Parts: sequence; C-alpha cells; structure tokens
Amino acid sequence: MATSSVSKGCFVFKPNFKKRKISVPVEDYFNKGKNESEDSKLRFETYQLIWQQMKSETEQLQEELNKNLFDSLIEFLQKSYSGFQKNSKDWGCQIKLREIPTAALILGVNVTDHDLTFRSLTEALQNNVTPYVVSLQAKDCPDIKHFLQKLASQLTGCCVDEESKEGSTQVAQKKTHCSVDSLSSWYMNITQKTDPKMPRKKRTSSSQWQSPPVVLILKDMESFTTKVLQDFIIMSSQHLHEFPLILIFGIATSPVIIHRLLPHAVSSLLCIELFQSLSCKDHLTTVLDKLLLTTQFPFKLSEKVLQILTNIFLYHDFSIQNFIKGLQLSLLEHFYSQPLSVLCCNLPEAKRRINFLSDNQCENIRRLPSFRRYVEKQASEKQVALLTDERFLKEEIQSLLENLHAYHSNYFLVLRCLHQFTSSLPKYPLGRQIRELYCTCLEKNIWDSEEYVSALQLLRDYLLPPETQPLHEVVYFSAAHTLREHLNAAPRIALHTALNNPYYYLKNEALKSEEGCIPNVAPDICIAYKLHLECSRLINLVDWSEAFATVVTAAEKMDVNSITSEERNEIIHARFIRAVSELELLGFIKPTKQKTDHVARLTWGGC
Amino acid sequence: MMSKLELKEDKMLEVQFVGDDDVLNHILDREGGAKLKKERAQLLVNTKKIIKKPEYDLEEDGQEVLKDQNYVEVLGRDIQESLKNGSAADGGNKVYSFQNRKHSEKMAKLASELAKTPRKNVSLSLKNDPEIMINIPQCSKGHSASDKVQLKNSDKSEFLSTAPSGLRKRLIVPRSHSDSESEYSASNSEDDGVAQEYEEDTDEVILNQKIPSQNRAISAPVCKETPSKKMKRDKTSDLVEEYFEAHSSSKVLTSDRTLQKLKRAKLDQQTLRNLLSKVSPSFSAELKQLNQQYEQLFHKWMLQLRLGFNIVLYGLGSKRDLLERFRTTVLQDSIHVVINGFFPGISVKSILNSITEEVLDHMGTFRSVLDQLDWIVNKFKEDSSLELFLLIHNLDSQMLRGDKSQQIIGQLSSLRNIYLMASIDHLNAPLMWDHAKQSLYNWLWYETTTYSPYTEETSYENSLLVKQSGSLPLSSLTHVLRSLTPNARGIFRLLIKYQLDNQDNPSYIGFSFQDFYQQCREAFLVNSDLTLRAQLTEFRDHKLIRTKKGTDGVEYLLIPVDSGTLNDFLEKEEEES
Repeated sequence: MATSSVSKGCFVFKPNFKKRKISVPVEDYFNKGKNESEDSKLRFETYQLIWQQMKSETEQLQEELNKNLFDSLIEFLQKSYSGFQKNSKDWGCQIKLREIPTAALILGVNVTDHDLTFRSLTEALQNNVTPYVVSLQAKDCPDIKHFLQKLASQLTGCCVDEESKEGSTQVAQKKTHCSVDSLSSWYMNITQKTDPKMPRKKRTSSSQWQSPPVVLILKDMESFTTKVLQDFIIMSSQHLHEFPLILIFGIATSPVIIHRLLPHAVSSLLCIELFQSLSCKDHLTTVLDKLLLTTQFPFKLSEKVLQILTNIFLYHDFSIQNFIKGLQLSLLEHFYSQPLSVLCCNLPEAKRRINFLSDNQCENIRRLPSFRRYVEKQASEKQVALLTDERFLKEEIQSLLENLHAYHSNYFLVLRCLHQFTSSLPKYPLGRQIRELYCTCLEKNIWDSEEYVSALQLLRDYLLPPETQPLHEVVYFSAAHTLREHLNAAPRIALHTALNNPYYYLKNEALKSEEGCIPNVAPDICIAYKLHLECSRLINLVDWSEAFATVVTAAEKMDVNSITSEERNEIIHARFIRAVSELELLGFIKPTKQKTDHVARLTWGGC
Repeated sequence: MMSKLELKEDKMLEVQFVGDDDVLNHILDREGGAKLKKERAQLLVNTKKIIKKPEYDLEEDGQEVLKDQNYVEVLGRDIQESLKNGSAADGGNKVYSFQNRKHSEKMAKLASELAKTPRKNVSLSLKNDPEIMINIPQCSKGHSASDKVQLKNSDKSEFLSTAPSGLRKRLIVPRSHSDSESEYSASNSEDDGVAQEYEEDTDEVILNQKIPSQNRAISAPVCKETPSKKMKRDKTSDLVEEYFEAHSSSKVLTSDRTLQKLKRAKLDQQTLRNLLSKVSPSFSAELKQLNQQYEQLFHKWMLQLRLGFNIVLYGLGSKRDLLERFRTTVLQDSIHVVINGFFPGISVKSILNSITEEVLDHMGTFRSVLDQLDWIVNKFKEDSSLELFLLIHNLDSQMLRGDKSQQIIGQLSSLRNIYLMASIDHLNAPLMWDHAKQSLYNWLWYETTTYSPYTEETSYENSLLVKQSGSLPLSSLTHVLRSLTPNARGIFRLLIKYQLDNQDNPSYIGFSFQDFYQQCREAFLVNSDLTLRAQLTEFRDHKLIRTKKGTDGVEYLLIPVDSGTLNDFLEKEEEES
C-alpha cells in the first residue's frame, strides 16, 4: 500500500491479527545489532531497575516537598469552609459570605511541572477536604458556556464514583444548558441525597462534613480570558450561599496578574490568600542530592553532562520534569552504549556479575583508558598477568570496584562537608549550591589554587576527579554531546550548515571550499540559497533563475552529453523550480504580490 | 557547629554531629586543635583570593550567578566528537547575524564568480593574495548581463586577469551610486581599464573604510588591522539602520523583468517530474553513506519510542524516504498510521478520524474534536495492550502547525501506548511548541540531513513557477459540468463570465445573489429563485462555487478557480459547441 495519494493524507496499516505479535519485548530493540556476549539483556534489566528506583524516588521527593504547601492550603480551605458552615446571622458574616475564598498559588514559570503538582494537590484535597475537586484549563474554556459545561461534567464525574446510578441522567444533563443555577440545584440534590446515606459510607475525613465545598482549580489562571473569569466569579458569588465554591488559581508569573485580569469590582468578590510553592531551584538541589550525590544509585554523570543538564534547566525552562527526562536519557544512553555498564549496579551484585564476564567483556575492560593507565603503573609481572590472565583480572576488578565504591562514599561525604564550610562564606567562593561545587570538583582538582592547599588539606584525598579512578567509565556517563544533540537541538543551525557547507555532510573533495564560498557543483538548493542571500527583501525570479543557470551550466561544462542545449536549459530550469519550491517549503521565501514574478525573502542576514 | 572527620580503617569516612561545646573543646585542645584553628582563620582571610574564576562577576547581593561563559562553553563543546551533528559547526552568530544590504544585480555577479571558482587552479593561484581571496564570495554591483556573458565565455586565464580588477573596482564604487540603481545598468567593462590605475593606489585606504559594511567577507588578517571594538560598534549600528531601511521603504529596488519575457512557460507538475528524472543525481555515494548512518539508528529509535520518548527528525532534505524505510523495516508487524502533513487536505480531524474509524473500528460520530480526542485517550488508557505508531511527515506543515492541532497531536503523543515519530523542515518549526507542548511531546531530537529532494512534499504546493491548478481543476470542471443540464451549464457560464469581467477588480468579492438571479431570469435560465437556489446547492456540493455573506448581509457567489483556468474552460466549451 502506497503512502502518497492525491485524495487523502492518512494511511492506516493494520497487520492482520495472526501476524501481529502481542507486543515485541522492548529489550529486543536493545539487543538488536549488538554483540550478544555483551550482556545486553542484563544491562537492559539493570537500566529498567535503576530507572524505576530513580523515578519513584523523585515522585516521593515531590510529594514530600509539596507537603508543606498542601498542608497550609488544606488549612486555608478548612478555615474558609467553616465560614460557610456558620449559619450566623450577623452582618459581618453575611458580607463575608459574598466573598469567594480564593487561594492564589504561585507556582513559578516551570509550567511543565505544574501538572504533577496539581495532580497530587487534587488527590490531597479529595482525601482531606472534599470529594468535589475540579480542575479546568484555559484551553478547554474559550467561553463561559464551555467553562460551565466542563465544570458540570467534571463535577458530575466526581460523584459518579459515589452515585453510579446517577450516571445516565448526568450525561444527559451535560448536553443541555448549563448555568450556575443548575449547578447549585445539582449541589443541593447531591448533598441532600448524601446525608441519609452517611452512616453507610466509609468514614473518611471528607465525608464528615455535612456539605463539603466545591473546589475549583484554574490551572493556568493567566491564560483564561478575562471575560470568562469575570462572568463566572460574579455569577458564582451570587450563588455562594447555596453553592459553596472555593477557587484555587494556579499562577505562573506573579500575583499582580489577578488585579490585572480582574477589575476591582470583581476582585472585591474574592477573599484571596497567597501561597508560594517551593522554588524550582531548591527542588533541583534536592533532586540532585537524592539522585546523584549519593551512593544509593551507582549511576553517575560526568561534569559536562551535569553542566548541560543544569544549564538547560537554568537557561531554558526551569523544569524539573525535563531535567529528569535528561537524566533518563543519560541513563539509557549509558547502558545502551557502554557494554561494561553491566557492572553499574550495587556492589555485591557487581561483584557477582564480574565472575560471569565473558572474554569479550574482559577485553573491553582492558581497553578502558582508565584501566590502561592503571596497568601502566603496575609492576611488570602484574601487568602481564592483568593483560593475559582472566581470573587474575577479575580479582583485580573486584578490588578496583570496591575502591571505586569507597571513593564515592567518601567523595560525597567530603563534598558535603566542604559545601558546609564554604557555603556560608561571603561571596560564595565555591558557589552557593552544592551542584556548583560538585561540578567544579568533577572537572578538576579543587585544590589547584594555593588557598585550598593550605586551607582544606583534609579534604584533599577524597575529592579527586573521577577520571583518576580506574573503571570510572563503568558508572560515569560522559557523552555530553549526545545529550545536547537530542535534548537541546538547534535545527536552524543544522539547516544553515547543510546549505552553506555541504562538505560537512557530504565528504566529497569536490565540495571542499573556502569559508563562505560554495563550489558550483554543490546541490542545487545550496546554490539557489547562496544566490538568494545576495538579495534584499524581494527577489526577481528571472534574475535568480538566470544566475542559477549560469552557475549550474558552468558546473556541467565538463560532461559531454548528447542532449540539445534547449533540452539542457529546460532541465536546468526545472532544477531551479525544484530548488525554489524547496526553499519555500523550508520557509526562506514566500510568494508575494508586491511585484510581478518576485518572491519575498523571509530571513534577514546569513540564514 | 562543625563536623568532625574520622578516618576508618576500611577507607570509609563518617560524619557525626558534634555540639558546639565539643568543637570548642576540640579547638582548644593543644594537639589537633591548633591546626584546625589556623586553617579556619586563613580561610576567612583569604576569601577574596579564593574566588574560583575571576571572570565570573559574582554579584554582591548573592543572587544566583548565571555563568554565561560556562554555558556557551559547555553547549558548544564536543563539536568534533559528534560527527552527525552539524549544529555547532557554524556558531549561532553566523546564522543570526545581520548582513549588509544587497542588490539583486549582485546575484548575477556572484553567479559568475561561482561559475568560476571551483576550477582548482584558479582558486589556488588566488590564494596567494589574501585580499582578493577574501572578496571572492562577496558579490558586487556593476556587472551586467553582458559582462556575465563575457565571463562565461572567457577561459581560466582570462578570469585570472579580469577578476582582480573587477574586484578592486567593486571596492571603490561609491555607495551613493549603488543606491540609485534600480535597473541593471549597462556594462561598465570598458571603464575598467581607466579606473584600474587609480584604484590600485587607493585600494588600501578604501578597504579600511569599507570594512564596517562588509561584515561577512572579512578575514582575520584584515580584522586585525582595524581596532576591533570600534568596528564592531559601527557595524552593529550600521546594520541595524540598514535593516530598517530595507524593511521600511515601500520601494525595493529590483529589476523589472518578468517571466513572460522569458520564453519558458510555466511547467506543469508532470513535465517537471519528467525533466527532473533526467537529472543524474550527484554525490550518490556520499548520500548513501549518510542514509546508512541513519538506518543504523532504527532499532535505537524503536527502543526510545517504546520507553516513552517521541522522536523528531530535522535537517535539510526530505525525510520521507527514511521514514518509509523505517516503517517497512521495523513497523511491519505493528499497527501504524502514516500521516502526510504536507497533504493540503490534512487536518487533525482527519487524523483522529482514521484512528477512531480504522484503528479502533468505531463507527459513531463525535460532537467535537475534543470529544473525539477524549474518547481516544480513554480507549488507549483502558486497553494497555493497544499500541499505535504515528508517523507524521512534516508535522510543521501549513495545515498542522496551528496551536490547536499541535496541542491535540501532543496530547495523543503523550499517551504511553501511542508512539510518535515525526519530521520537521521549516526553519521556524520549533516555534510551534511552547514548554507545555514540548513536555507533552517529550521529544528526542535527531538530525537527519539527507539532501534528498522534497519531491512529494512540494508536489501539492501551489508553487510560484509551476502551473499547478492547470490540468486537474480544468478536467474536473469539464467533467462535472458535462453531467449537468444545459440550463445549469448556462447558469454556471454566466457566473464565469461575470467573474472574468471583474477579474481586474481587486475589491470584487463575488456576484450578489439578487443580481445573479436577475440575470439568469433575463436569460430564461430559471423561473424562480428557488430553482436557482437548488441549482446553486448542486454547484456547492461539487465545490464549484463558494458563497460568502458580505458586510451588508447579501450573499455573494464566487468560483474558487483562477481566471486562467476559467478562460481555458470557456474556450474549450466554445470549441465543443
């Protein structure tokens, strides 16, 4: 079946049922094209294991870090809820009742991490405050109708767990008109029904309340249209006595945005309290602390790799999630590309695995640069033994791995001490965060400056850079460029290189050229591109095509061919058309009506 | 409070909490304490000297210091290590730098130079003179078509003698002269000889003056001659001005020649393909090698897809064949959908439809795209044994690059059991994704520069030089109209004629229904507006017409076909009748 057609753009391929394997095991792709004797199966399993551990560690961490925030949020909710409960008749309370309790949650610009926070927040609220927790995103609510529909459908979804019978009518309601009125009548309905059933229910803290409030989370408050927000707030404040609503605003920028989005008349209907989530930098520090500055996980990152990951974090997105993605990729790449990563596991297990190393793997060890340096330092008889005797080699590896392990446990301990010493010094000579110190120590001998020699002699023996340790390759991932390539790619620069310097990709001597020059035998698109760079905003197609023809004809001069010159010109013209269409596809030019037979350039400068 | 270090026999250290009093006792202790105390003091004294790297300006307020230097260093490092990644070979400054304003006639000049340069002996002999070498890629004004012809005909030795003089001349042509040129001027070649002598003397002086505006062609030795800082500032302000100059003025100076004067008519898609098939591909060995490199990644891609990443391919050249090979090599036994983003009729709706209808065998309909998405998401979450590979050619195409489409595709791709493999080509493609979308996609980027022609991708494109709308709409027009009643044909012809009469009117928005009805009545084609409406419905079903409500609420009718085709159609009709 072909995948191109003039009438459709989607092509579904469904292999018939017998042929379709239930699921090709993932490890098959890990093995394929690899030498079987390199323990790839074991490596993949180790990868899976370490990754799972790391992942659950980070999740647990997130929960712990959020705990404080959630606790204070829950306290706020309970406090404002008790306001609803008080059926007091005094005037002050009446006024207060018109104000919607609102928690403004300042989460920071790392929007990618918010989802996780909201997910655990929802869970925490459902366990502690109310079953009615709804979260909305701006993209689902272009107008108030959709807003209410989404709200209603999610609310009814909330209670479906409790009242599954109700399901059918709820769905019908979803399609009909939604208003705050209908919401409050739904609420009355549901709370009255719930009351008699109370004793039968599981006694969670949330159901202890007679009429639990409805918590509405607006995940990305800044993105909502002001109209929708305003309308909703005004309407729901009118119904607050029968529909006890509590709002939670997720804010990425600053609390000022509330007043910018809502006029005073509306914001005065809210009783706002601010909550600040943990700063993402602190979060990163904790993640590093738990995942990398520890002997709990055998896997380590080299200085460059760590530097790239933290730089992406600090300069691009502040996203913990992305940092962890980078960590995952590093882990995967390490186990995928380093055959000896099979020894990257806890010490007893690694010792056990050493005994099963194949001849091939022993050779791999002998080829490790760090191991070769080690061998060279040994006495000559030992050298011979290490290079020829497998059993002797394995014994040696045992002790070297032990040393590596000891090195790490000392390393992190001393590192922390050093950080303690220096982090309180004025101007933070060794950086404020332990990760900065760590990077410095990974990179070079920290005591290279004289001050350290005298000041911190004690630490000297323990903070040797990992490269000095034999077999460090087993646990250190150092292919920083792979990481940069796959996580922080620069497609535009690749395009620029391909167009300007085809020799970079096509290693043909004919394409070799001086800087800024391009040979006339280069691919058509490179020539058309180079020519177009000479133009300003508009390009005359005729000029362009003639210039192109000049270059291409010159390049072809050598070939003696039988075709007529008219046909040759036609072919060259066709090649020009192709190159121009391709440049249009790539977004360098576009058709314009400003002048006949002209195209407009869309870039300015070298690319 | 301090921590106390203690060496253990098995090389392990241990840190204990020690109270302040103990520390004090320890320090006062005669043996070990003196040393520690001394160290501590020294440490405090020397704080200023300990600053790790002087170039990092550590801020007074203790803010996090972002080490720009470091950042650039690290991200730019290891260029040599990665063969496949062309990204870093040229720094970003080259890509995003400003460039001095160019004139179209420079293109011809560059062309003639390009036509010459690769003759190896020429470039070698030129190498001796660095100044000239510098200017080879740079082009200049003042060369006309006739000049070019002369160059074309001249052989290598001639070029050797003419090029330097031409180049030198270029350097001293006053700028004001070039600004006033709007058309190709006549050849200046006869002046060359006269100007040459004078130019040789002034060469040095003028070179220095010209430097600020010739940013890209300057080579290192020349740079050293000018005070670099000043030059840089001058250059920037100059370039900024040039940018605004070039983009603000309504008139752009280009030649007025049009394709019509050229004998070559617009080619249609078929002819174009035929012609291109005769071109023998160059560098096939190198291209094959490139492709083989990428093919070795197939299994790694599968692994990474299965582990929750999605893969996006970028780089110059069509990646369609590569993805096709990926599909046929490793996806044969799995359910997969190939999506041609470059197909002009593609939409997210059609993608979702193929998933619901063909993959999940669901026959129902959905109220909205979002509902459909929800349904798919639920389906895939419920059944974890379900697996689907999506291959999207040109995820950045016109039809899919919209925010909503990207959001929906991103949400699909974030599902654990949907694997997305996509290619992008547009130079601004990454701008489609904000952080939220990027995290949905969870991309791993792979550079796959193939240099393959974008044959399939551009075949639908309404290209500038290709007579696209030609055969297809015309034949379908004739075909559809033939099946209609003579009256209906008359109605349609009336509409065509009216549209053609108004083809030069830029504010023409269509034929208003009332006027049209009037005319049809007068020509005895219809007897009531109901008959006309019924007829129009039929046209609309065949996509022959479009109706639009004007600002005055009146309905306007328009045939969405270009006037050339309509003319052809009328001619053909007349021939036949």
